[in-house]
Amino acid sequence: MRKSAEPFWWLLFATGGTVAAFLVPVHILLGGVALAAGVTREAFAYDRILTLVSHPASRLYLFVLISLSLFHWAHRFRYTLAEGLHLKASWLPVSVGCYGSAILGTLMAAMVLARL
Amino acid sequence: MSPFHRPPQFNWWVGNRAFTLFVVRELTSVFVAAYAVLALLLLRNLALGRDAYEAYLRWLVTPGMVAFHIVALVAALYHSTTWFALSPKAMVVRIGGRRVPPRVVVSANYLAWIIVSVIVAVIVLRA
Amino acid sequence: MAAATITLEVLRYRPGEDQAPVFQDYQVPYRDDWVVLDALNHIKDEIDGTVSYRWSCRMGVCGSCGMMINGVPKLSCAAFLKDYYPATVRVEPLAHFPIERDLVIAMDDFMQKLSAVKPWIIRKDEQPLSDGEYRQTPAELDRYKQFSMCINCLLCYAACPVYELEPRFVGPAAIALAARYNLDSRDQGRGQRQEIVAGPDGVWDCTLVGECTTVCPKDVDPAGAIQQGKLFSALDWMKSVVLPWGKR
Repeated sequence: MRKSAEPFWWLLFATGGTVAAFLVPVHILLGGVALAAGVTREAFAYDRILTLVSHPASRLYLFVLISLSLFHWAHRFRYTLAEGLHLKASWLPVSVGCYGSAILGTLMAAMVLARL
Repeated sequence: MSPFHRPPQFNWWVGNRAFTLFVVRELTSVFVAAYAVLALLLLRNLALGRDAYEAYLRWLVTPGMVAFHIVALVAALYHSTTWFALSPKAMVVRIGGRRVPPRVVVSANYLAWIIVSVIVAVIVLRA
Repeated sequence: MAAATITLEVLRYRPGEDQAPVFQDYQVPYRDDWVVLDALNHIKDEIDGTVSYRWSCRMGVCGSCGMMINGVPKLSCAAFLKDYYPATVRVEPLAHFPIERDLVIAMDDFMQKLSAVKPWIIRKDEQPLSDGEYRQTPAELDRYKQFSMCINCLLCYAACPVYELEPRFVGPAAIALAARYNLDSRDQGRGQRQEIVAGPDGVWDCTLVGECTTVCPKDVDPAGAIQQGKLFSALDWMKSVVLPWGKR
């Protein structure tokens, strides 16, 4: 795993980190903080959001955002576990746990977004 | 008479400000992933119908979830600011044989961030 | 009036005598233009001749006198007593390396890694002597100059938590020096270095803590060299996957 696949996971981590850095703050602000403050209640009405999200461009955007955020976490968390718990980052259970979760999340996102 | 080996410390990141901030920075990825999961749940509840979706929104504004969102926002902002600060290290841009100063690369990232955030906000609120 | 003094708490280790390293305190005169190296030289000359430590140029270019000063990797010739006075100054050998004796560390691991990255100009084809020198423009020099400033002082290894936890990690200075040659327009050896740089325990072990760059006394920015190495190696990998028949 280490020699051949490491660049692959790092590329997902780097792209995911960039996407997350640019997009996650505004999404949390709109869908979490502003929602609670009552500022965006109308914008998040069921019919409106369903229409907005159903557009093919929105589906692709949300799929990329969710999937890459998960892969960003997976790679970073794998190394944080290694440094924090003094495990080897190459230890298979850690890799399977992290990347496996991200793959699972990606598949679920694909299923949900395809069927909307 | 072999050399003396000092064993690695498990708590290497405690008590050293730079190292502690590094671990905090790395753990922001947990909040990024957590928010991705919440976004996925929103979409799933959207697919399940009006009642499920509105119940989900009501859950999102409970005090516990609001607290989570505030912490997640702070974490996401820390991720963004540290990510942009480090971006010149990987991306060396050369124009006319000289390297573009790192702070220009950082500023360009911040500018792009503001523009993209405004576009997303406009789409979500007004489209 | 008694002359001002400052206490140095020095980690001693005498192989064969000590089971484990132990601190020993020395009172040295305080002079506001003295560095820790001056204090150590005073100890050796006037108080305790058995203390062992490396030093040479005493001006920050040889890379010999790296030590932990109050837990921070520094060149002892660049750590001024006046920045610590009147508190005690704790002096220990560079972290993450085995201790030979007192403040002297065994740097065999680094020497082996340094030679492994082949830090010299590698040519596939040699120009004939009649063609003259390999010429380089200022722009070409600028591409690698920063990474060429490394004095092999090993402060970056002492600052790196990855090196502490994974001793096989090639490390900041070795990768920065590989980058110095990879980016040199006269060099044609990048492919030969990739096995180490892009291999297990090369760039991929690094998690960009960034302390290596913070402690570097010559502004080499090894963290930057490693990040660029990750990008280059990832692009190499993509090319090898998409165009497997392409030559390296």
